[in-house]
Amino acid sequence: MENAVSEPAISETVWTQVGSIDDIPVLGSRVVRTPGGDIALFRTAADEVFALEDACPHKQGPLSQGIVHGRRVTCPLHSWVIELATGEAVAPDEGRTGHVPVRVEGRSVAIALGEAKLSRGGCRKACGHV
Amino acid sequence: MDMHLSSNNGPAVESNESELHSTGPVRERLVVVGNGMAGMKTVEELLAKAPGRFDITVFGAEPHPNYNRIMLSPVLAGEKTFDQIVLNSREWYDANGIALLTGEAVESIDRVGKMVVSQSGRVVPYDRLLIATGSMPFIIPVPGSTLPGVIGFRDLADVDAMLAAAAKGGRAVVIGGGLLGLEAANGLRVKGMEVTVVHLMPTLMERQLDPSAGMLLQRELERRGIEVLTGADTAEIVGDEWVSAVRLRDGRELPADIVVMAVGIRPNMALGKAAGLDCGRGIRVDDRMRTSDPSISAVGECVEHRGVTWGLVAPLFEMAKVLAHDLAGGEGAAYTGSVTSTKLKVTGVDVFSAGDFSGGVGTEDIVFRDAARGVYKRLVLKDGKLLGAVLYGDTKDGAWYFSLLKDGTDVSAERDSMIFGQGFGGADAGDPNAAIAALPDSAEICGCNGVCKGTIVKAITEKGLTSLDEVKAHTKASASCGGCAGTVERLLAVTLGDGFTAAPKVKPMCKCTHHTHDQVRAAIVDRGLKTMPEVFQAMEWTTPDGCASCRPALNYYLLCAWPGEYKDDYQSRYINERAHANIQKDGTYSVVPRMWGGLTNAAELRAIADVVDKFAIPTVKVTGGQRIDLFGVKKEDLPAVWADLNAAGMVSGHAYAKGLRTVKTCVGSEWCRFGTQDSTGLGVKLERLTWGTWTPHKVKLAVSGCPRNCAEATIKDLGVVCIDSGYELHVGGNGGLHVRACDLMVRVGTEEEVLEYTGAFMQLYREEARYLERTAPWVERVGLDHIKAALVEDPERRRALNARFLFSQTFSQDDPWAERAAKGVDRHEFNLLAEVG
Repeated sequence: MENAVSEPAISETVWTQVGSIDDIPVLGSRVVRTPGGDIALFRTAADEVFALEDACPHKQGPLSQGIVHGRRVTCPLHSWVIELATGEAVAPDEGRTGHVPVRVEGRSVAIALGEAKLSRGGCRKACGHV
Repeated sequence: MDMHLSSNNGPAVESNESELHSTGPVRERLVVVGNGMAGMKTVEELLAKAPGRFDITVFGAEPHPNYNRIMLSPVLAGEKTFDQIVLNSREWYDANGIALLTGEAVESIDRVGKMVVSQSGRVVPYDRLLIATGSMPFIIPVPGSTLPGVIGFRDLADVDAMLAAAAKGGRAVVIGGGLLGLEAANGLRVKGMEVTVVHLMPTLMERQLDPSAGMLLQRELERRGIEVLTGADTAEIVGDEWVSAVRLRDGRELPADIVVMAVGIRPNMALGKAAGLDCGRGIRVDDRMRTSDPSISAVGECVEHRGVTWGLVAPLFEMAKVLAHDLAGGEGAAYTGSVTSTKLKVTGVDVFSAGDFSGGVGTEDIVFRDAARGVYKRLVLKDGKLLGAVLYGDTKDGAWYFSLLKDGTDVSAERDSMIFGQGFGGADAGDPNAAIAALPDSAEICGCNGVCKGTIVKAITEKGLTSLDEVKAHTKASASCGGCAGTVERLLAVTLGDGFTAAPKVKPMCKCTHHTHDQVRAAIVDRGLKTMPEVFQAMEWTTPDGCASCRPALNYYLLCAWPGEYKDDYQSRYINERAHANIQKDGTYSVVPRMWGGLTNAAELRAIADVVDKFAIPTVKVTGGQRIDLFGVKKEDLPAVWADLNAAGMVSGHAYAKGLRTVKTCVGSEWCRFGTQDSTGLGVKLERLTWGTWTPHKVKLAVSGCPRNCAEATIKDLGVVCIDSGYELHVGGNGGLHVRACDLMVRVGTEEEVLEYTGAFMQLYREEARYLERTAPWVERVGLDHIKAALVEDPERRRALNARFLFSQTFSQDDPWAERAAKGVDRHEFNLLAEVG
């Protein structure tokens, strides 16, 4: 690296390599453990990779254990459906889980933890979900 | 003037002006290296823009005039002759004053002296040089890849080699399931060879097609007698003097008389690189197609433009236009990259794709499937614009979608109807009846019974039919799987107008389909659907890969219908069945080892105690099913916990499964003063019979040794109550949310009969109940009489059901814990991908 000594610019994204896309099953998920909590990486049938905080906005169920379909995952605890790209719960449920930018170069997958919008979100309305 | 100079008798140095062209010396000299499609398209465009501006010399390494390379597949398949694919005859070159040197490759460029040197030593000076050397097939560097009989698929010589091999018959292995490989495979098959396609990725043409379309394509090719092996990695090409086989990484060996290598292309940039031009993956060019030397341009598959190399014809033509503009002295034209589309040139297989259909943030899918016509269409939209399209079986709207996509047209207004094709908008937009009305009479409506539209319409009008049931009765349309019931109803509506009232709607399986569980199950069996993508297509799913509701159901239905044949789809299992443990609210798991009939012993209890200590398991509880539950086990500890339990002889209790859970027993006649039979022993036998099975929902059995019923057998899915004279079999009970006492099904005299009835009952439930339907609601829905008719009143059917159950059990009674603890099955499930920070 040419400028190894210089500090990265403030806007520069720091990418953390976490493995190969081939290590994530198609329509499946794997977990990356970070000091800020577990991050779930998902791979769709079209070979896209998304990363979400591994906690459903409802009752913090581990989304990594859910069933992936299209660009969504269904939480294993109470079947909330979460958009992989945004972390938003699909209506009628309301809530959002944190999402982390992902970069795939060749087969190699990296996440930008510094850019992550993590929020231990909760159910925004008293919806009575158990 | 004879332009066809032989390649080996020319003088060492030739003057372009003096020998090749008799016209004046004022004209600039353009030398084109490469007589392929990109180079000649450039020349054609240039002649149109600025005729007579250049003296043009063209070198072609192949001994032919310029031909349409993308039509080599039809030549291989015998649908076209070489003459039919020639683009520019030698006469054309003559007429335009172009010196064509075929069979003569250029060996080097002298950039200082501005001249090229050919392989025969011919030297031709230039003012502007154009490199259009195309690409070469990529030959994967495995042992044996240079053996005679290993052929690329690039030029006419390759086609001739393939045709010569095909004339002798025998076996061909095509490595690569992309566009070229499949066209080669089809051609060789048409020519009578036994063909196997070896493809590294899980689905064919994965760069151009999504998995659904890839699967349809694979089925069609298989129907044509081409064997397709996906996920197959070539390890070695075997042979002494000539290729004899291809060996795969998994050890399989495929005999082969020829091997066609069609795994991709590599830009042919050697000439540019040797001349010191800036090269990356190809010869680097700017937006005017100039290389790092401004008097040298490059075009086509040999270039890298903005980091991208291209292998399709449309981008090459777009480049050629820009380049011709530049050569003609024009300003301002720039090539900025291409949006491409692909079509497979296999006669009778209509495949089209364009743009980006991998989706991404904010994209949405529109999926249309017409099983009767074998059509699959998928459009990917983002922000009201078309981003990508995949079409299979009906590609007539490909050009329309492609133009919408290239132009970035706002399609919000057409969103709901555009999947039906161009011209479907306006008043009829989205009206499925209009689509039905437009079908020809010969269109097949019912795939099961082969009933066409004309037959149905004729029956409706001539026999005065007014309902779906009447159409079923008279024509057999929709009488098998019912998959076309919706279509038939629309036909009734179209034919009768207001005279038709639709039958009340039935509840579909999920939002992905309008078919019910029962219709889908019937179709799986009646039409021999053996994979999930086949079901999606046949039953017209509106999503690319189903949802969390239908996928587990389909996985079960397929597993039940095709024991030993269907490969379980791991990602369509609920987490408990993937992890073989029960997920708890905090994300930890609980583990329940099997205790046959509720029996245990000191060694098992000691092993459980040791596991609890070793893994610091916080809670140990006795379950209602007479076994021990270990709560709070970390997921990554599961395989080690199982290994220790396995070591003490214990196996999975399947406490997490839609399958057989427990057989609860009382102690029975061995100890109890009231016991009439050996209820514990019978319970163990029943558990040995039924463990490991997959069922629509969980199944709990019980055996009570006397009518006091201490094992609570009459609120179980199947409960046995022992009596003096034998055994009472009770079915359909449930102690859960809605308590339901069992119905007494039958009294029998022997344990053998109990076992046969149990196997038959399990199988009837497996085959007839809907996924996630317990036996209690199932028995209520179909009625006890229905169950008795199948099991009690029809001994032959009972025996057949039991035989099917026993057969399916031969594939399911492997301890899943042992497979994971000792054999490392699904290791990824229990390990982190990474730990960072």
